[in-house]
Amino acid sequence: MAAEAKIKCSVGLTGNSAVAYAMKQINPDVVAAYPITPSTTIVEEFSGYVADGKVDTEFVTVESEHSAMSACIGASAAGARVMTATSSQGLALMWEMLYIASGMRLPIVMTCVNRALSAPLNIHCDHSDSMGARDSGWIQLYSETVQEAYDNVIQAVRIAEQENILLPVMVCLDGFITSHSIENLCLLDDDVIKKFIGEYKPSQPSLLDVDHPTTYGAVALPDSYMEARRQQAEAMTLSKDVIINAAKDFEKISGRSYGLMEKYRMDDADAAIVILNSAAGTTKVAVDEMRNKGLKVGLLKPRVFRPFPYIEMAEALKNVKVIGVLDRADSYTSFGGPLFTEIRSSLYELDKRPKIINRIFGLGGRDYGVKDSLAVFEELLKIKDMGKIDKVYDYISVRE
Amino acid sequence: MKKGWKETPIRGIILEAGSAHEYSTGGWRKLKPVFDRTKCIDCMFCWVFCPDSAVIVEKGKMIGFDLEHCKGCGICAMECPDKVKAITMVEEEKEKK
Amino acid sequence: MADYTEIRWHGRAQQGIVTAAKVLAEAALSSGKYVQAFPEFGPERMGAPVRAFNRISSEVIRLHGQVANPSIVLIVDPTLIGTVDVTEGTPDNAVFIINTPKTADEMRKNISVNKSAKVFTLDAGKISVECIGRHIPNTPMLGALAKATGVVSVDAVINDFKENYAKKYSPQVIEGNLKAIKQGFEQVREG
Repeated sequence: MAAEAKIKCSVGLTGNSAVAYAMKQINPDVVAAYPITPSTTIVEEFSGYVADGKVDTEFVTVESEHSAMSACIGASAAGARVMTATSSQGLALMWEMLYIASGMRLPIVMTCVNRALSAPLNIHCDHSDSMGARDSGWIQLYSETVQEAYDNVIQAVRIAEQENILLPVMVCLDGFITSHSIENLCLLDDDVIKKFIGEYKPSQPSLLDVDHPTTYGAVALPDSYMEARRQQAEAMTLSKDVIINAAKDFEKISGRSYGLMEKYRMDDADAAIVILNSAAGTTKVAVDEMRNKGLKVGLLKPRVFRPFPYIEMAEALKNVKVIGVLDRADSYTSFGGPLFTEIRSSLYELDKRPKIINRIFGLGGRDYGVKDSLAVFEELLKIKDMGKIDKVYDYISVRE
Repeated sequence: MKKGWKETPIRGIILEAGSAHEYSTGGWRKLKPVFDRTKCIDCMFCWVFCPDSAVIVEKGKMIGFDLEHCKGCGICAMECPDKVKAITMVEEEKEKK
Repeated sequence: MADYTEIRWHGRAQQGIVTAAKVLAEAALSSGKYVQAFPEFGPERMGAPVRAFNRISSEVIRLHGQVANPSIVLIVDPTLIGTVDVTEGTPDNAVFIINTPKTADEMRKNISVNKSAKVFTLDAGKISVECIGRHIPNTPMLGALAKATGVVSVDAVINDFKENYAKKYSPQVIEGNLKAIKQGFEQVREG
């Protein structure tokens, strides 16, 4: 299967270069963007492809991220395949337009290079930006490595444009840790990607279809607004299968398998860490160290956060005795971060629920190393032995 | 019975052009324009200024108002030239018999 | 974890250490290795102390995040010694490669490392001025790294530079850098 595919595996690119290269291969009709650290080089390199005539894209330079998303919305409603990228304050400034993109069911694909939000001002990685946008109706995919970011961007186009979905997709990768790190990367051939994503042909008339004049963005009063929202909820529910099917087809062309989540040494695990993005890689190293000592621990890395695969999550975690959910963002509930509350809620239907704790880590780029991961595993195993939790919600790697 | 969410076109789009015509705004009217054909010089000022496209013109002649959509704002009467004054606004109820 | 070679570069902004880490990663990658190369980001301006990192392994590198315990340290600007803790987190048998006209024995005292540490020196600044015409000591350091540690071959570094930078730089600059890499390889001395 993989042998048939044409794969170039000897490339070393940063996460941002890989995303920009994927965008070049996708060759979208329109990219409107306003560069912001650490996503800047995606836009910078892509604009180079535009200037060199490597793509047919109309590249729109705008004066803010709010305008960037607005231009994306207009272009998408006009029937174009549209992409953009941003981070942190940029995503925050797009906020109201994010809801308009999803509400108008526009299949825009945006890379979010995860960065902390001000204040205090910080340019380094955490997930406050995309987690804040988790209820904006965008599908969210998370990426551990440069390879996953590249692969997710390509799959995102296919997922977003499915006739029964038509939702915008946000592909998240860790600022600097992934975005600016050179890693080994397997690239797919242009024609393979072209075939995988196909042509974008919306079945509804677009804004530029003068033979079928259509109103986009009309007011919907109380007698019709809720029907539109119900449709959106349905699309998000259906997107789970679409994401799985896109991953299956992607495996045929790449040999790399994706799903709703990745389970690492989970089969007989007593204790498990649930964690997103690059920190999952570091956690795998800790899992191996613990396993070498005969300790039964594992890792669960969600790839899809919206829609949230709560049934699959419960299934994956039902035999674990103690779970540590590590959030790289707090949602200031005073009860736990966004990943924690979703996971905990997913477990509710189980007859025998595992014990679960939440640890907030890595805010504003605070390093998360193997030792941090090992410390959490040790705490989880202690909870398993003692049968009691001291603190459900706490911060780690913070000076007391 | 209005369409359910499964039948409603997705994306909140409206697939027919000019569908605002179906929405009657005549009921908003308190004052109604009354037109005197003998005074009218067909200058088309009222036609240009009417925000609801409720002035009916046929073959270059002003022939009356679309009272399904006229909201009674009175711009037509205001813009009708002083020397002409072919449009007057009258209380809606007094006209009813 | 022990299978990774972790490398730390010390320099000042604009001295090319980010590029050096990139060239090293690309050269190791083309030799069939798994690699990472990443700089440390902060509010740096020209002259500010900066660091860059590499991880090189024959297996998939899952670890992300800072390099805390590098076994190889390259000091591209010797004036940083005393300002920056160049030995931070290094094991006793770490390898230090320092751009300086001084001898390795002098530098061993200078950075105060014990006998099990390996210290190498070369005058990379002088080499770069002679070969490239500018004080860009990063490429001679790559040659020295190849000689001192064998973490990558000098041919792999040369080939990568030829292949990947031909579009970015003029043929004279490429030629000068290739010469600088070779000179770095030949002139590095152990103490």
